[in-house]
Formats: sequence, C-alpha cells, structure tokens
Amino acid sequence: MTTFPAEFADLEPFADWALASESERYAKRLGSSMDELQAFYDAAFPRLEGALAYLDALDLHALPDDARRLLWLCYSLVNASFPVEVWRQTRVPDSGAAAVELVVEPAV
Amino acid sequence: MPHFAKPEDGSWTEHYPHLGTAPVSYEDSISPEHHELECKAIFGRTWLNVGRVEQLPRGGSYFTREIAAARTSVVVVRDTDGTVRAFHNICRHRGNKLVWQDYPGEEVDGTCRQFTCKYHGWRYGLDGGLNFVQQESEFFDLDKADYGLVSVQCEVWEGFIWVNLDPENETPLSDWLGEFGTGLAGYPFDQMTQVYKYRAVVGSNWKLFIDAFAEFYHAPVLHAKQAVADESRKLMSVGYEALAYQLEGPHGMVSSWGGMAPPKDLSMVKPIERVLRSGLFGPWDRPIEFELPPAVNPARKRAWGIDSFHFFPNFMLLIWAPNWYLTYHYWPTAYNSHIFEGTLYFVPPKNATERVRQELACVTFKEYSLQDGNTLEATQTMLESRAVSHFPLNDQEILLRHLHKTAGSYVEEYQKSQASGVLA
Repeated sequence: MTTFPAEFADLEPFADWALASESERYAKRLGSSMDELQAFYDAAFPRLEGALAYLDALDLHALPDDARRLLWLCYSLVNASFPVEVWRQTRVPDSGAAAVELVVEPAV
Repeated sequence: MPHFAKPEDGSWTEHYPHLGTAPVSYEDSISPEHHELECKAIFGRTWLNVGRVEQLPRGGSYFTREIAAARTSVVVVRDTDGTVRAFHNICRHRGNKLVWQDYPGEEVDGTCRQFTCKYHGWRYGLDGGLNFVQQESEFFDLDKADYGLVSVQCEVWEGFIWVNLDPENETPLSDWLGEFGTGLAGYPFDQMTQVYKYRAVVGSNWKLFIDAFAEFYHAPVLHAKQAVADESRKLMSVGYEALAYQLEGPHGMVSSWGGMAPPKDLSMVKPIERVLRSGLFGPWDRPIEFELPPAVNPARKRAWGIDSFHFFPNFMLLIWAPNWYLTYHYWPTAYNSHIFEGTLYFVPPKNATERVRQELACVTFKEYSLQDGNTLEATQTMLESRAVSHFPLNDQEILLRHLHKTAGSYVEEYQKSQASGVLA
C-alpha cells in the first residue's frame, strides 16, 4: 500500500513527513538536518500546487486516507519551508529555548 | 517627517495629557509584593474574558478556566435554556475542586447533565443548584437550597464570555467595554469558527507581553530575519508609524497599515507565500465580504491592515484586513511568569487550498511568537537587575504608557480602599 495517491508516488520517500498534528511536524523539522529539509523541500515544493488541485476536487471533510496524508504532507512543507527559504537553520533565529504549543487545532 | 498625520497636540501621547511623557518605571513588573496587589486590585475586580460561546455548543457544555491571579478556578456552563453561567469551581461540602480530570490544575471541557463531585458524590445542576447529597440524613439541619455553587458574574458580548470575580461589581460588561464594545458590535465573529489556539508559559511579567503586542515599533527589527533580505532592509529603514491610536477608559487600541495581503511586490515575499497567497497577515483572499463596524480602521485609511484592541487587563483582540481575527490572553502565574494564549479564528475553509493557507498563517504566527516570548525573558531578567529603573517610551509606545499607568492606578485605588476600610 502506498502512503499517497498514485499520482504522488514520487513523494513516497518523504512519507514520514505525513504527520497529523502541528506539534509532530514541528518536532520533525527541529530533528532534521538542513540537508534533509532541503531535500524534502526540493521534492515537495514543486508538487504543492498539483497536490492542492488534486485535494480541492475532494470533500475536505471526507478525504480518503491517502489524500489526508497528502494534505498533512502539505502542512509539513509549510513548516519546513521557513528554514529552507530564509533562516538556514531549523529554529527561528533568536528564539532560544522558547516553546509555543498548539493546543487546539482543526480535526482535518 | 511623519508618514501619517498625528493629532494637533503634536503627538499621540500628548493628545492624552494625563499620560505625561517622562520615562516610565518598570518596578511594577519586577516586584512580588506589587504583583500580589495587582492580583487583588485588578484580576479580582475587573471583567475578564474567558472564552467564546462556540466553546459551549449545547446545553450542558462546559469548560473550566484556571485564574491563578485570582487564586480560583471557574466553571463556565451553558444551561439547557441557553443561558451561559459561571461558578467558582468548588464543592460546597468540603472544598474539593468540582470539575477536573486526572490533574486538578489542568483546564477541562465537556458536556454533562449535572456536576458530580469526585470526593463524596454531591451533585449540582447546570444552574448551580445542589441537587443531591450523599447520605443526606447524616447532616445536621442541612438545607440544600443554602448550598448551591457560588456564582460568578458572567456576561456575553458578541459571543465573547466574560466573568467578574468581584461579587460587589456594579459595572455592567457593556459599560466596561465602552465605545470599543459598541463600535465593534456587528463584526461577524460568529462566522469565524475555525480555531487554532497556541499556548506558552512565558518567564516574564504579564504586562511585558502586552507591551510587546501593543507596539509595532519592534516589528521591523526583532522580526527582521523572518522576511526576505530586501524586504527586511526596506522595513527597517522606513521604521514604524501607526495610522491611529485611541484610548477608551482603561482600554486602548492601535490601528495599523499592513500591505502584505496581497503585497504590491511579489518578489518581497517568501516563495511559499507567493504560491499559497498567505502569510503573517493571513490568507490574502477574503473568504467573506462585509462592512467593517465603525471602531475598526477608525481613520478609514486605504492602507489599513490590522487593528489591535487591548481590553484591560489581559485580553487583546486583533482584527485583520483579510477578514479574520486573533485573540491574546495573558494569565499571570507569578510576578515573573504568565501563561500566554494566542487564538486564531478563521472562516472555516471550503477546500484544501484554503486550509493550507490558514496553516501557513498559523505557523508563521507561531514563529513570531517564539521570538517575542524569548525576548521577554531577556527583558524580565535584566529589569530584575534594577541596574536601570526608568525607561523612555516613544510616541508609538503610547499604549504601554497607558497600560502601566492604568494598572498602577488600580493598585493605588485598591490600597486607598483598604486603608479607609481599616479606619472605618
């Protein structure tokens, strides 16, 4: 069984980024090297618009499992984009040990 | 040369002469004794926002709020007739916290027909009445009518639920909110029900975080590394000026420009923002259209991007041009710590694209908050060195001057009332 819809099989190497909660996605970003983030970004960013077009054709609140995982991957790409596009480090600069937790988030 | 006109008095600050223009003492943020006074004088006496009606979707829905600054916990509940009520979260039998799960200090929510105490099984209705006493005949002259939950004043404004822990409070919520309350009425808060709530424990006095969000003077500098380099340089060279400031009783607001939704020059934003058409200012494309109520964008400027209303003491309401809103709560836990809550409210997304745009706005907000929170701890520790006692506040920091002055006057009044009470 594949993680994502068949059209997005090329993203299979990044299946471990299909994480349901923001805290998991953020933790994975902090636990990654810049090389790993760059590789994920380089593979996923060019696919973002295609993924959203695919997902927009479906009911957001009744997504099949593979589509839901593709949506989570899009969220992860958003999270991983900041270090790659601007900061060149996994944490936002000047944030030290500060922590902010997302305690309420949408089901989807 | 200012980019935006100031009042004829010469400055926003001098437009409100009682504020003065002298450097301000921050002793009020580093003294444990002063903090104890603030808890009693402010958090025990003023209206506090504790949430939204959407958190109570049906009869029997409830949530608890830990209010450390008033040394209490309240339970807020919707009765079957729709009425929203609040009670001190304490069983009348022997003082156990009534509503909690495994950890007494953690806030909870849910739905129930009645509240049952874990300790001896006393049961209370949604109206607070005591309905059942275990082994009632063992008690002496116990009249259940005398042992209902202790109610807390509770009112709803535009779907926001407020409590006042002072049983002698005589100020209705509408009077407390004043013209800001009237002028914001009608904003479609009830349509913005997609909620993302962030929480952080911050090692600073509660007022310091309000300071940080009550001025945007810091934004081009502290957050410079968030933007692409060219945009960052431009923002810093321009500096920051608000469109307008207004004070209303103990409250205050700043109205600001913010041209990022959508930006004039797409090369100035990150690639992810360009593709998703979203960013710190929210998704660029407005999900619904409506007329803004009069309190929003009071200067009626085309460049308007965001209004930030501070309702004294610890609640901020931010209205963004692309039609979403954000709230901040600051709950003191000690003179040098507080719990910060930032909650983003959007119109529910119709599809995945809209949902991912919201995700980008949320996580961007988080990254800015991390920088803000970290800086506050640096400020708190150095204020506590007392190497410097007074600090110059500029005209773009008028709301900070107002906050510290207002908080100070509540403490003074409280001390006066205590002194006269002792004499009487």
